[in-house]
Amino acid sequence: MKNMETKTGINWLQINWLRYASPKTFYPLAGKLIPWCATCAVLLIVYGLYLGLFVAPTDFQQGEGYRIIFVHVPAAWFSMFLYLLMAMYAGLGLVLNARLSYMMATAIAPTGAMFTLVALVTGSLWGKPMWGAWWVWDARLTSELILLFLYIGYFSLQAAIDDKNRADKASAVLALVGAINVPIIYFSVKWWNTLHQGASVSLMNAPAMAAVMLKGMLIMAIGFWLYSIAVILVRVRCEIVERDSKTTMFRQD
Amino acid sequence: MQWHNVDEFLAMGGYGFYVWGSFGVTFAAMALELWLLNKRRQRVTQIVKQEAI
Repeated sequence: MKNMETKTGINWLQINWLRYASPKTFYPLAGKLIPWCATCAVLLIVYGLYLGLFVAPTDFQQGEGYRIIFVHVPAAWFSMFLYLLMAMYAGLGLVLNARLSYMMATAIAPTGAMFTLVALVTGSLWGKPMWGAWWVWDARLTSELILLFLYIGYFSLQAAIDDKNRADKASAVLALVGAINVPIIYFSVKWWNTLHQGASVSLMNAPAMAAVMLKGMLIMAIGFWLYSIAVILVRVRCEIVERDSKTTMFRQD
Repeated sequence: MQWHNVDEFLAMGGYGFYVWGSFGVTFAAMALELWLLNKRRQRVTQIVKQEAI
């Protein structure tokens, strides 16, 4: 028989990955990841701001107003991506009946809702000078507003049901059903004739310009992603302690 | 570098209110989230301390 263990390093096959599906073992692992994610998030966001505000050139159509893109687009991406991630964890919770999955879904929701609100407000601040209106009932804007309502619905449902287990299941169903809205938001600019610009419009300029704009936007997006991971891990750790301490309290009674 | 002086940077070609408003709202929202989460984390740390005794 061949020995599975390689001479150098860890044998990844022998790590029991499922162990980390238990809140007790996940808690310290999350704690170790938080400072790394937070540090990288700060560095990337600072670099992204530098690129977006100092290096990126003026847009030939929108002047300096286009610089809103560096916060608007990453926020909008994560409003949608975090919703899908939340729905995925909620679905995983329903299928496996895993407590940690529900806790992850619960921990993701506030950050997703925050980015949705940021995408809507920055979009409004961009719409006013470019379109002449703070808000229009355009397919992209309306579906993004529905996303905010879905997040709010998810919180409200969890708060409304006293039994945590039932609250998790009910809100998971809502999260899954609502996930249909995400592709609608994403493709709305193609499916309908919207005032909101399509995805590639900002890349139609001279290639050199597009490259640094795209780089700044992507750096900001990765920064927002690491920020989200750090915040979600802190929140899921709180969730683990709060839920488990309540069970011990009941046990003592 | 796109700017010749601070005033030009702040004016953002006349879009100052909208550009700085957007960046301000974004980072204010993130700061608010971090502040609220930190308050919650402090409460949780108390629970952990109490249960350890």
